[in-house]
Amino acid sequence: MRHSDQASPELAAVEVHGHTRASFMVRGALAAGAVMGASAVGPLVTRAFAASASSDIDILNFALTLEYLETDFYTNKAKTVGLTGEAKKLAAMIAGQEAQHVAALTSAIKAAGGTPVKLPTFVFPVTNQKSFLKLAYVLENTGVGAYNGAGPSLSNPAYLAAAGSIVQIEARHAASIALLTGQKITPSGGFDIPLTKAKVLAAAGPLIKS
Amino acid sequence: MTESTTTTDGRPVEGVVQELARDDVGRKKFLKMAGKTMGAGAAATSLAAFIAACGGSSSSSSSAAASSTAASSAVTGTPASSSSGDLAIVNYALTLEYLESQFYAKVVRSGLFHGATLSLLKSFGEEENEHVMALKGVAKSLGTPAAVPVGKFPLTSAAAVTKLAGAVENLGASAYLGQAPNIKSKEILAAALSIHTIEARHAATFNTLLKLSPTPDGAFAKPMSMAQVLAVVKPFIA
Repeated sequence: MRHSDQASPELAAVEVHGHTRASFMVRGALAAGAVMGASAVGPLVTRAFAASASSDIDILNFALTLEYLETDFYTNKAKTVGLTGEAKKLAAMIAGQEAQHVAALTSAIKAAGGTPVKLPTFVFPVTNQKSFLKLAYVLENTGVGAYNGAGPSLSNPAYLAAAGSIVQIEARHAASIALLTGQKITPSGGFDIPLTKAKVLAAAGPLIKS
Repeated sequence: MTESTTTTDGRPVEGVVQELARDDVGRKKFLKMAGKTMGAGAAATSLAAFIAACGGSSSSSSSAAASSTAASSAVTGTPASSSSGDLAIVNYALTLEYLESQFYAKVVRSGLFHGATLSLLKSFGEEENEHVMALKGVAKSLGTPAAVPVGKFPLTSAAAVTKLAGAVENLGASAYLGQAPNIKSKEILAAALSIHTIEARHAATFNTLLKLSPTPDGAFAKPMSMAQVLAVVKPFIA
């Protein structure tokens, strides 16, 4: 009833935000015609810029925090929950890939002369396979939104290329989990909604203990 | 589960396009600025570049394994120059989206699919249509949108179509990824990223249906250059 009950609704809100009314509105508007459609996409794009006056190193460290979180979730929490079958296999694969993202971001930050953030302690409000997969879906979708939101703020094209390469993987993870659990493959329709740093923090913050 | 490196699909690159159109102010400003500097001439040039790129192929479409491997060395893709570069990229993405959209429309009408799979194909097709409309709007605001290509797709069996769909979506994801660092406009970039991950979700879905890895490149998706993508796409344009 503490972190657990708080974290879920927060994350769920982000997810819902992508899923429901907004996405329908965007779809409807797009269907209405190109000009209108394009303007309907506007708010999504504007959101991508709302966050940022951060340096590349700040953004990379922010991404690193999220990757730490995902790695811990798929590696350690998966173990304590005791996943089975396809879920177990998928989580193991994802864990390995998130760990590679951690390693890549860590070395990029060092190479840029920055200091990588320390590994935080996380708390995940999940107790069984079902709640694990539910949170996994939210985390991956949040990751997609976070990278897409931060991408345009990166000033070094090499980091943008790397972020793009990683976010595509997050999206693939999200779809894989969606297929396994019967959730929406494209929760916000034809366009993934970029998230501001504040939105991502609101979602992931409750999972970060220290 | 280890990563399969034997999967074929190329990586898709996302298109870039929609956001310019989004708000009136940005749009007018853009039109004023871009419309004058480029216009029809630039559009014709970009189309010519597109066609020329179609001619210089090196990879085959049926098995994209080779191009996927090659993609790793082509991270930077085609150098773009200023905003005329953005129009070329937008029109490139628009062309790919037209083909995807036509592909799904034909698949849906083919009678090869039913039930949940048919619904899935329909919704993916609708999303590609949304990309087309958005990209077309952006291309208009920059200059002249690419002409509608005439796609030709072999629809022989459900299995073959699913395989082709996987190849198409993976290619699309690689294509958008390849262009992202070349896009000058932050707005167009944001739109491209927003489409890119949709192509990735579609690609992972087909890979899963095909019992392939949802992440055929492992932890880091590989981009493909415009030339690589167009070489793969060429056989599907009449």
